[in-house]
Amino acid sequence: MLGMCRIKEWRLQLRMANEKIYDRINEQSPWQDITEGNKIFEAATSKDFCTGEWRTATPVWDKGKCKQCLLCTPVCPDSSIPVTAGKREEFDYDHCKGCGICAKVCPFGAIGMREGK
Amino acid sequence: MAIRERLSGNEAVAYAIKQVNPDVMPAFPITPSTEIPQYVANYIANGEIDTEFIHVESEHSAMSATIGASAAGARAITATSSCGMALMWEELYVAASNRLPIVLALVNRALSGPININADHSDSMGARDTGWIQIYAESNQEVYDNFIQAFPIAEDKRVHLPVMVCQDGFITSHGVENILLVEDDKVKGFVGEYRPEHYLLHPEEKMALGPYAVSNYYMETKRAQRQAMIQAREVILETAARFEEMTGRKYGFFEEYRMEDAEYAVVIIGSAAGTCKAAIDEIRNTTGTKAGLIKIRVFRPFPEDEIAKALSGVKAVAIMDRSEMFSATSGPLGAEVRAALYQAHSSVEAVNYFYGLGGRDITVSDFKTVYGNLETIAQTHVVTGMYEYIGLRSEQSKEV
Repeated sequence: MLGMCRIKEWRLQLRMANEKIYDRINEQSPWQDITEGNKIFEAATSKDFCTGEWRTATPVWDKGKCKQCLLCTPVCPDSSIPVTAGKREEFDYDHCKGCGICAKVCPFGAIGMREGK
Repeated sequence: MAIRERLSGNEAVAYAIKQVNPDVMPAFPITPSTEIPQYVANYIANGEIDTEFIHVESEHSAMSATIGASAAGARAITATSSCGMALMWEELYVAASNRLPIVLALVNRALSGPININADHSDSMGARDTGWIQIYAESNQEVYDNFIQAFPIAEDKRVHLPVMVCQDGFITSHGVENILLVEDDKVKGFVGEYRPEHYLLHPEEKMALGPYAVSNYYMETKRAQRQAMIQAREVILETAARFEEMTGRKYGFFEEYRMEDAEYAVVIIGSAAGTCKAAIDEIRNTTGTKAGLIKIRVFRPFPEDEIAKALSGVKAVAIMDRSEMFSATSGPLGAEVRAALYQAHSSVEAVNYFYGLGGRDITVSDFKTVYGNLETIAQTHVVTGMYEYIGLRSEQSKEV
């Protein structure tokens, strides 16, 4: 309900099929539509809160230098370095706040920090 | 048939808790409300009720645990006083904005400093903006009756707000009075089984409570909360009507004592109303001056229109505050009653006094002086003694 921003198309479609109170409340909703005590009747809604918008510095992954040691993944405070089949993938920029810990921890200089989003 | 007993105000509240048998009671002891959790702990130890009592390390934790239990789906209560409630401050707001129907037994006691254990209303008046419903009592009977009514009010779908049931420290909390108790089965029937619709431990419904609300949502949320307080008005009156059917005892937003033909009125909260009634009877039996009283029972939501209407026929009114708010002008009750009069375009002369801070006695003779002042104010249309303290030692011979 709160802070929804760039909802991915497929998520939206998923919801349309099974509409909940969540879908009716957005930043245009009148006060009468606000749920009592801001209760949210859905799980894992924090995914829809694009905290990546707060970023003022952006990590850039250099795949050529990356050895897939995976030291970066566990230190990310926002779980924004997804891993599939033992290999890291591109940053989740919807949720990366640009703290730079991954760049600091990378032993191979495979993560650089770029100013701005 | 009602059960005739003689109980202190704390015993009466504890007895009501026993009859309601709530699910969870986290509490931390503080004078003068300590006896309430103490008696409840005895009931639990004796197997008379199955309330889960949580021993917490502070009132901050007491209210936090009460909120947690209520959010989980339990009927949850607590009790406190004074600085104990001050330590709950943040959680009081959370309980209200999360719309949790918690019932708090508050035994009013002055806030520090200077540290003092006696009755005044600085604790609950300080919490008047937290979003809690506030119900006050003059006597032990009233606090017992209010406590039972608090559950159906808080838990009504139109409300879902926490309720603070207030009584004056020591004066009613420790003073023993004759009391009529309602039978257990009737109390249980009156408050009903607690069946919340949405709660965190619901096996089939995902729910999150208390999320961060950015500025795009905060104002709408507060307006929705205000609506609950507006709707509480009708629920408080409906609950009082249902209570009257059960017991014959009548309650409203406030009690009017000899107001039918009153020309001079006092507006007051709590136990001092009894002393004021004695003064009114004496005045009417001797000088014949038409004195009357409005004793506020429900301070939140504030019955603005009703109070203005009740005072519409009087010549002068004294609004009496049992707490300071250091505006360097009025006290909280004085500010709100005078705002109500202004909104109603009333021309009644109004004076605001402070009394009874930190447990200072107020006497029948003090109230007679107040009514005497009101007569003078009505005659001269000059409000003297505004914002003065009754019974204050001063270098001036007479403050009020």
